[in-house]
Amino acid sequence: MYKKQKQILALKSWLFIIPSVILIVSFVFYPMVQAFLTSLQTGIGANMHFSGIENYKRLLTDTTFRKALFNTVLYLVVQVPIMIVLALIISSILNDKKLKGRGFFRTAIFLPCVTSLVAYSIIFKSLFATDGFINGLLMKIHIIDEPIAWITNAFFARMLIIIAITWRWVGYNMVFYLAGLQGIDDSIYEAAEIDGANGVQRFRYITVPMLKPIILFTTINSTIGTLQLFDEPVNITEGGPANATITISQYIYNLLFKYQPNFGYAAAVSYVIVVLIVVLSFIQMKVGDKRDE
Amino acid sequence: MNKKAKCIRVIEYIILTILTILSVFPFLWMIIAATNQSVDVTKGRLLPGTYFLENVKHLLQSDLNYMISFKNSLLIAVITTTLAMVVSSCAGYAIEIYRSKAKDFIFNFILLSMMVPFAALMVPLFRLFTNFKNIPILKIIALDSEGSVIIISIATAFLIFFFRQNTRTFPRELVEAARIDGLSEFHIFAKIYMPTMKSTYAAATVVTFMSSWNNYLWPLIALQSEKKRTLPLVISAMGSSYTPDYGMMMTAVVIATIPTALIFFLMQKQFVAGMTGSVKG
Repeated sequence: MYKKQKQILALKSWLFIIPSVILIVSFVFYPMVQAFLTSLQTGIGANMHFSGIENYKRLLTDTTFRKALFNTVLYLVVQVPIMIVLALIISSILNDKKLKGRGFFRTAIFLPCVTSLVAYSIIFKSLFATDGFINGLLMKIHIIDEPIAWITNAFFARMLIIIAITWRWVGYNMVFYLAGLQGIDDSIYEAAEIDGANGVQRFRYITVPMLKPIILFTTINSTIGTLQLFDEPVNITEGGPANATITISQYIYNLLFKYQPNFGYAAAVSYVIVVLIVVLSFIQMKVGDKRDE
Repeated sequence: MNKKAKCIRVIEYIILTILTILSVFPFLWMIIAATNQSVDVTKGRLLPGTYFLENVKHLLQSDLNYMISFKNSLLIAVITTTLAMVVSSCAGYAIEIYRSKAKDFIFNFILLSMMVPFAALMVPLFRLFTNFKNIPILKIIALDSEGSVIIISIATAFLIFFFRQNTRTFPRELVEAARIDGLSEFHIFAKIYMPTMKSTYAAATVVTFMSSWNNYLWPLIALQSEKKRTLPLVISAMGSSYTPDYGMMMTAVVIATIPTALIFFLMQKQFVAGMTGSVKG
């Protein structure tokens, strides 16, 4: 009798989980496999046929893809470190309990996270327009004589995207570090202070090592996010000028909806992101582990 | 405090003040721009104007269907959040409460889906949802329907993880006691677990609502017809026009940001808890 009851209970318990499993399998794992199979086919629209690694070969000679890959990696290696260092510095300043107005500064710096990606992209696009506020300000204080073509010059357009993403996400990462810093005992800092460690040394030898797991987590998180960057380039620069700011995600979208729809090739491009995410996360975890020793 | 420490403190305040100005300025500019005429915005006017109602009027009278898209966004966000709270929370709850090897395996399997980039799902999901048009029951989630946007956000690895993590603080004795009292497993979940875990649900609600409200890429693919568009799609379309009316555009952005800003200021604690995936108490 008792055994039977237990079996029924086990059976019932699965009823709670099955809806989620069905949804995740049908809208994540099944499409994932489907995408791989599609990436091995070529053809336009519904007329697809198997072609092996043809699509992947095409990647090697595709200049737009190369641009998209270059930009995505550029955003990653330039923006993520700047953002994380900035967030770490801010959070270690704000962690000082003797600092007045901590709550105010924290809320203000976190505020950008409230905006949607599309909304802040539009705000930045307007602020940095050729006849926009930023150019006007820079000209008024005589830093520049002529307006900067933020949107239409390749170098400045990339810089603008990096400035924008940094604005949006520094506060987000700061919150993680502040939460982590609360777990560090104040006495460690006090002891270091008595031993004569200055602020920079305390930051370098206490804060950073103690926060390592959280830094690792936020780095992986930002890496995954940056590799999928879409909303900002689409809405700030539309990928332009001449694809100078296009990202891989945007290129996939263009392959599907802007050009002649090519499902097979778009799927092959998307697998590049998958591979990048898996490889980079793996490397970051390995590097994170090593520094422990 | 000695002289050197004082000096450092001053530098710290200077850094914080600059960063605060940089963080807040785009907001202030957005609000100021929404109260001014487009001409004044381009001239770089930094004083609040009196043109806000005029901008709202222009926005509502334009052919953008702003009100319709506001309703679409709200409908999708509310339904997504409600369903996600039930479906994802009961999975997270069951994985923790009825622990077994098989469930741990399923849990890890679910977590794996966090690694899958949406970019990789764009192609197959678009094709899958196109096919739903021809299947009677699945029509409600076919391409260009609210359902297509809702269905893929109901069960997410993050929410299941979040609920499982927080279920650890839920006293197991309550389950045992309720069972002895003859409550069914489902009633234990609905009548005991759900009310007890209010703060967890609050945090999860905030995150889910926000991400649904702000979602851009999938609605852009799935909602092709004008009348179905959500707010981010309309705002994006405004931004890409050749002669933008800045006053009206910023009014549109302000109105679209009000719900999330309100949630942030009213529920800051849950907001941060939901974001970082940690809730205590």
